Amino acid sequence: MVMKTLLLLISLVFAAVVATAQTPATPAQPASSGNAETGKKLYVSYGCWQCHGYEGQGGAAGPRLAPRPLPFAGFSRYVRRPTNQMPPYTEKVVSNADLEHIHAFLMSRPAPPAASSIPLLK
Amino acid sequence: MASKHSVDRRDFLKGAAVTGAAALVPGSVAAEPPQAAAPAQSPGGAPIAGREADPAVDVEVLTTDRPGGDFMVDVLKSLNIDYIASNPGSSFRGIHESIINYGNNEKPEFLTCLHEESSVAMAHAYFKVEGKPMAVLCHGTVGLQHAAMAIYNAYCDRVPVYILAGNTLDATMRRPGVEWAHSVQDAASMVRDFIKWDDNPVSLPHFAESAVRAYKIAMTPPMMPVVVVIDGGLQEDPIPPEIAARLRVPKLTTATPPQGDSGAVAEAARLLVNAQNPVIVADRLARTPAGITRLVELAEALQAPVIDQRGRMNFPSSHPLNQSESGGPLIANADVILGLELFDFWGTVSAFRDSLHRSSRSRIKPGTRLISITASDLFSKSNFQDFQRYPEVDVAMAADAEATLPALTEAVRRLVTDDRRRAFQERRSRLEQAHAREREAARTEAAVAWDASPISTARMAAEIWAQIRNDDWSLVSESGNISGWANRLWNFDKHYRHLGDSGGAGVGYGAPAAVGGALANKKYGRLSVNIQGDGDLLYAPGVLWTAAHHRIPLLTVMHNNRAYHQEIMHIQRMANRHQRGITRWNIGTTIDNPNVDFAKVAQGLGVYAEGPITNPRDLGPALQRALAVVRKGEPALVDVVTQPR
Repeated sequence: MVMKTLLLLISLVFAAVVATAQTPATPAQPASSGNAETGKKLYVSYGCWQCHGYEGQGGAAGPRLAPRPLPFAGFSRYVRRPTNQMPPYTEKVVSNADLEHIHAFLMSRPAPPAASSIPLLK
Repeated sequence: MASKHSVDRRDFLKGAAVTGAAALVPGSVAAEPPQAAAPAQSPGGAPIAGREADPAVDVEVLTTDRPGGDFMVDVLKSLNIDYIASNPGSSFRGIHESIINYGNNEKPEFLTCLHEESSVAMAHAYFKVEGKPMAVLCHGTVGLQHAAMAIYNAYCDRVPVYILAGNTLDATMRRPGVEWAHSVQDAASMVRDFIKWDDNPVSLPHFAESAVRAYKIAMTPPMMPVVVVIDGGLQEDPIPPEIAARLRVPKLTTATPPQGDSGAVAEAARLLVNAQNPVIVADRLARTPAGITRLVELAEALQAPVIDQRGRMNFPSSHPLNQSESGGPLIANADVILGLELFDFWGTVSAFRDSLHRSSRSRIKPGTRLISITASDLFSKSNFQDFQRYPEVDVAMAADAEATLPALTEAVRRLVTDDRRRAFQERRSRLEQAHAREREAARTEAAVAWDASPISTARMAAEIWAQIRNDDWSLVSESGNISGWANRLWNFDKHYRHLGDSGGAGVGYGAPAAVGGALANKKYGRLSVNIQGDGDLLYAPGVLWTAAHHRIPLLTVMHNNRAYHQEIMHIQRMANRHQRGITRWNIGTTIDNPNVDFAKVAQGLGVYAEGPITNPRDLGPALQRALAVVRKGEPALVDVVTQPR
């Protein structure tokens, strides 16, 4: 039940962030200057997947990030000084360059198939 | 129980001839005619005349055919208890033998368990399906301590478990050595902080009253575990004739659940009917199948949204008023919130931030009126802090919510005017649309990472659903740790569709609870499904053997993220906060290197198993093969390597 309450709280406080992350991408999001392959390794080693999943798909513990993450400026601002349950990732532990790589990885995630094309989800 | 007559601890030879007077329990041991006894006794059981005058004759009485344990079984049968779960233990060897021979191993039937924590967790979930308690036998100091964590879970979850604890109180009768280590002055003290009631009977009549009383107390809301200590001597020794003469099983009359005060019900109805944005929140509401029906009636009388916190199966997931996935905005916008058996009302209306400086804030608008109906207000203890922050409510009914709902719904219906009815219908239309949007969003979001490996929890939930949706299924596990995907994708419409969670969040509950729930489902022919955490199963995996041994059909699908993942996130949080490195979250938290081969573990315990499954395309066929085994009445396990949540 403690687990349930924790998950409830996390899911509630992240609701606003989820909504932001799932907002259709702005038409012309600039390409990230980071390297997606490097970003993938950092995404794992820094533990981003713990709350957001290996594909950035999100879950009860953290919102969906991919395939359309927030633009880098907003992404970086939130990672440095999160306002809800997410722990802060300061420059001391994640450099700006690394953050750009991670953002590039999230940008590189392919769009999911339409649910209507998946028999199990019809 | 060999003893010489001169030192017999129960002095049973003194008057055994009067056992024939024990006709107060028809058909029971106390009513049986006298039996032929040991050579030292007369046919009626009385001591042979003259023997006491000849102390040189050292006559040993080696047998008895009417031990106290038989009467204890009579009492258990009167309570209609189907199963008694236990590891065998010498402190209850007397009643164990009485159950299997005198009682013919029926009502209760002995369930062989491999850990007392498993026994209690099985009983915990069994109750949530069947609505009546399972008994558990615990052996002395060691067994009750092993059981303690699971007892605490049941206590927190307000579930009755009927615990009998063996002990040898008479120090002069204890076998030297281990029996001393396993005996205790006050056995129930080990768990008294988190049970509802206990007793330590000193005679069989005392046992009878306490056993029936314990059942009644356990079954009166708020329901909780109870402990009756059964002394070894009482179980094993012959029923003393003077006792047999007055043995009887007391009549059990369970108490009706307490309903809310009529004035408070009327006030709650007035607030709800006049509210613009009422919200109903239910947690451990539905004690019985009627709970779902009653909540639907209230929700439809108001056309109000329901947030099911899923402590029990409270509300159909496909009902348009089910807004469980939209809880945050609804709570924030509510002007009246009705909480039904909430584990944490404060946490429902407050936000708490786990940061360096912990902080909290209200999530509700000023002036929002809060109504609470909970039986937990009727019984509280202080040491263990499961009662959560103090909620500042406006109407507090110390009552059973399920029992109170009919009166509340009727009061609401009486107050609804035509104007309000029109407003309610408009609200209903908005909620129907929101519900449909959420169901569609669930399908869209489930498609993300659809082909990922490790397998996404959404994919796993969808694959399982595809295999069971046409069965009469029951999710007998906690479902929260796969990001609620089962709740979002499956159709929960009956009281046994899910069973809530552990209550106390003590890890190790999931696997045995699933087996207990599946046992309860077995006689109804239901298909039981367990989505099983890896760390949880490793606490006491022997329960898989219990499922195999007792032929309990159960599909276990491993949610194997190879970690105590909740703790990974906690360690990550600390590392971020302290800025000393954020890449060592795996130390002390992961369950890899080596990876646990759960299929081999299960196979070694007699369970059909496959895995590890890492390719999502392999999952469906593996589930089909496992289900073929389950549908034949056996347990099966599929190990699935998954995303963390």
